[in-house]
Amino acid sequence: MAKLNINGKVRDVQAEADTPLLWVIREQVGLTGTKYGCGVAQCGACSVHINGEVRRSCSIPMSAIKPTDRIVTIEGLSATSSNPVQKAWAALDVPQCGYCQSGQIMAAAALLRKNPKPTDADIDAAMTNICRCGTYQRIRAGVHMAAANLQSEAKKA
Amino acid sequence: MKKTPNVKTNLSRRKFIVSSAAAGGGLALGFKLPFIGSAEAATATGTEVNVWVAVKPDNTCVVRIARSEMGQGTLTGLAQLVAEELECDWKKVTTEHVFPGQNLARKRAWGDMATGGSRGIRGSQDYVRRGGAAARIMLLQAAAEQWNVPVGELTVVNGAIMHGASGRKTTYGEVAPAAARLAPPDPKSIRLKDPKGWKIAGKPMKRLDTADKLNGSKIYAIDLKLPGMLNAAVKASPVHGGKLVSYDEAKVVNMPGVRRVVKVNNGAVAVVADTWWRAKTALDALPIVWDEGAGATQSSATIAERLKEGLTADDAFADTKIGDALKVIAAAPKKVEAVYSTPFLSHATMEPMNCTAKVTADRVEVWTATQSAEGSLAAACEEAGLPLAAGEVHKLDLGGGFGRRGGTQDYTRQAVAIAKQFPGVPVKLIWSREEDQAHDFYRPISQCKMSAGLDESGKLLGMHVRVSGQSINAWLNPGAIKEGKDVRQLQGMWKEPGDAQFGYTVPNLQIEYAMRNTHVPVGPWRGVNTNQNGVYVECFMEEVARASGKDSLEFRRELMANHPKHLAVLNAAAEKGNWGKPLPAGVHRGIAQFMGYGSYSAATAEVSVSDKGELKVHRMVLALNCGHAVNPDQIAAQVEGSVVYGLSAALYGELTVEKGRMVELNFHNYRLLRLAEMPKVETVIVPTYDFWGGVGEPTICVVTPAVLNAVFAATGKPVRSLPLKNVKLV
Repeated sequence: MAKLNINGKVRDVQAEADTPLLWVIREQVGLTGTKYGCGVAQCGACSVHINGEVRRSCSIPMSAIKPTDRIVTIEGLSATSSNPVQKAWAALDVPQCGYCQSGQIMAAAALLRKNPKPTDADIDAAMTNICRCGTYQRIRAGVHMAAANLQSEAKKA
Repeated sequence: MKKTPNVKTNLSRRKFIVSSAAAGGGLALGFKLPFIGSAEAATATGTEVNVWVAVKPDNTCVVRIARSEMGQGTLTGLAQLVAEELECDWKKVTTEHVFPGQNLARKRAWGDMATGGSRGIRGSQDYVRRGGAAARIMLLQAAAEQWNVPVGELTVVNGAIMHGASGRKTTYGEVAPAAARLAPPDPKSIRLKDPKGWKIAGKPMKRLDTADKLNGSKIYAIDLKLPGMLNAAVKASPVHGGKLVSYDEAKVVNMPGVRRVVKVNNGAVAVVADTWWRAKTALDALPIVWDEGAGATQSSATIAERLKEGLTADDAFADTKIGDALKVIAAAPKKVEAVYSTPFLSHATMEPMNCTAKVTADRVEVWTATQSAEGSLAAACEEAGLPLAAGEVHKLDLGGGFGRRGGTQDYTRQAVAIAKQFPGVPVKLIWSREEDQAHDFYRPISQCKMSAGLDESGKLLGMHVRVSGQSINAWLNPGAIKEGKDVRQLQGMWKEPGDAQFGYTVPNLQIEYAMRNTHVPVGPWRGVNTNQNGVYVECFMEEVARASGKDSLEFRRELMANHPKHLAVLNAAAEKGNWGKPLPAGVHRGIAQFMGYGSYSAATAEVSVSDKGELKVHRMVLALNCGHAVNPDQIAAQVEGSVVYGLSAALYGELTVEKGRMVELNFHNYRLLRLAEMPKVETVIVPTYDFWGGVGEPTICVVTPAVLNAVFAATGKPVRSLPLKNVKLV
């Protein structure tokens, strides 16, 4: 039995120490928004936030997770799909099949938290998740739009 | 597909109306559709006006969608077409999948469910629009009868019906139950709208299926959870065509969560456990003995040798023979010759193959992502040994299709074969990425020898095309090959107009195919054979244009006077792509045009090649005439996506064969394009509204040749072998 802090809730999970966090999230916790794509940290479909950092959960064994680590999955990013990234994604109709988009959104949200006004080069460097439908042009536009919305919200506040 | 008519894609008007009538009659007797399998769900569906439209009391219009949604936007486009004719409130439109068992039970009232060949909209637009129009007519008639006024005096706006003279108003939701009891209209009375007057179709409406893709709540087949469900991981013989000899179950049966190890027909073995990760862990530890079979002697080198032999062999057939190309080329004062090659490619959908199955003595149900729901039903029932009426396929939207999840349904068969051994227990089968890469129906490998003869002035006198490579039909549909002539492999070079016609007039032209098959399974891959053939024709045209001393665009234009639609799209791409205008230092331009899936495509590409030979694609302009443009924003999304899929292949895509098995089994060595490599893409849609063409696949075939021709401009050397990762550019 191990304890996991996911989306602000502490849960007991039963899994072997070498089980990847991804499969614990999907099969034990039952949150399936985090996706399996490659299992080798190449595609980023499994991206989650751990203590605010974007991480590829398919390649992190349970043994590497402490009970105090704060894990946030796509389901925990916002209660109402109101994260600026989610709003920009909706405004631009970014997703096609949508399978990789949980990971893309988590990567974009982590980028904007650290760098609220990323350049194209910043986006190139941070957004390395694979999308097979080919939504990259809209992902780039979506990150810029989310950044702009963050700026205007900050000004209002 | 040309010359291979298989499943009828269009319901005749009469058949459609008959089906609607049968449905309406059933409803009048209180028959409820078991849409999601429970009475509550059926009620939630609202009142079925006809098979395409149900209306709820709150005026929500539920549009039934028979085709599959895999990201290509067909679901939204089809709903737009129905809503346009229905005259309902677009803000109150929702959609609902039709399952193949329901289609079968109602005598295929929803027609063909297959979603491939870019047919989703063009193959169903006529009858779904008629479905929307018929529902509108019935709803208005019901209001007219209720008020006892002539129907001609009624108007409808956004599903609100008005009788101007009396000022009376009602809504679709209120009259739907009465409308459902009416006889459907005489087909002759249905006149579809002129697209010029479209208000919902033809507009860049937002997709209807975005919201749950943003918060993790969308359930793909791989996410399915059913009570008591077990999970399975599978491994098939790494060598295609190999057989399972034995495995040592004792070594893994005591591992955590493992229930059993089971044979999956004769070619694969699966571990079934409580969770998939435990099943996979045990499978990786399972000692397996394979009989690898004859394929184990094959490699990329032996396959390349066989294809090379086909380039000059006597057993090719000519699909096009105009004049005497061979003689004219032999006698021409100037000759150009080039041999091209393209590799095997996997689809690499982001969601790996998976399927959940539950089998009992008299019923089989599967939950899966499929481009061919009826194919899934047939596969599931055949594997379970049950009649079609005893099966159902619960369709879930696909995490990518690209042709992989079509009629073959190998993963559905496997899931049923496994679940059969656990009667009454749902079993979810998931392929690992490695299994997915190792057991695809790959884009077929091919080579092509191109020859041309020019006169002294640079005029093209004759051209000879010889494709040698593997046949998709030979693997999947041998019946489509007539007298050994598989025209499908020459897609995009056909002489017949309408689908994938060769766009040039060459006085002496010979286009041939020599079939050279391998033990590797092959199948349709987004754009199918237009990919390879587009590279061969358009890169060679570039070489010939340069040999003739003419501008690449001008040289093509001179050969295209008899193909005005091809030419118009080429011109559109050239104009928006600033052809002939100056570029920044070090940036070079290329151009290409080709045709597939009933649509015309052209592209320009702007690239630079560094001193170290690194390629950067800066900007691409793609022009598309798909006849009717149902949702311009989603067409642009498909074009953008086709650039990514095409560039992944051009830059990196290659599966090599060693000892009969695929080598590149995950994304570290089967590299795919990432955001940083994405060029700026501009889409120019030039619909002529005199035909219906496809959208999902047509433009991919011009992506690679436009880029390669720009590379040629940059380096002065043609690229003739893909992928580019193997080519030294400087």
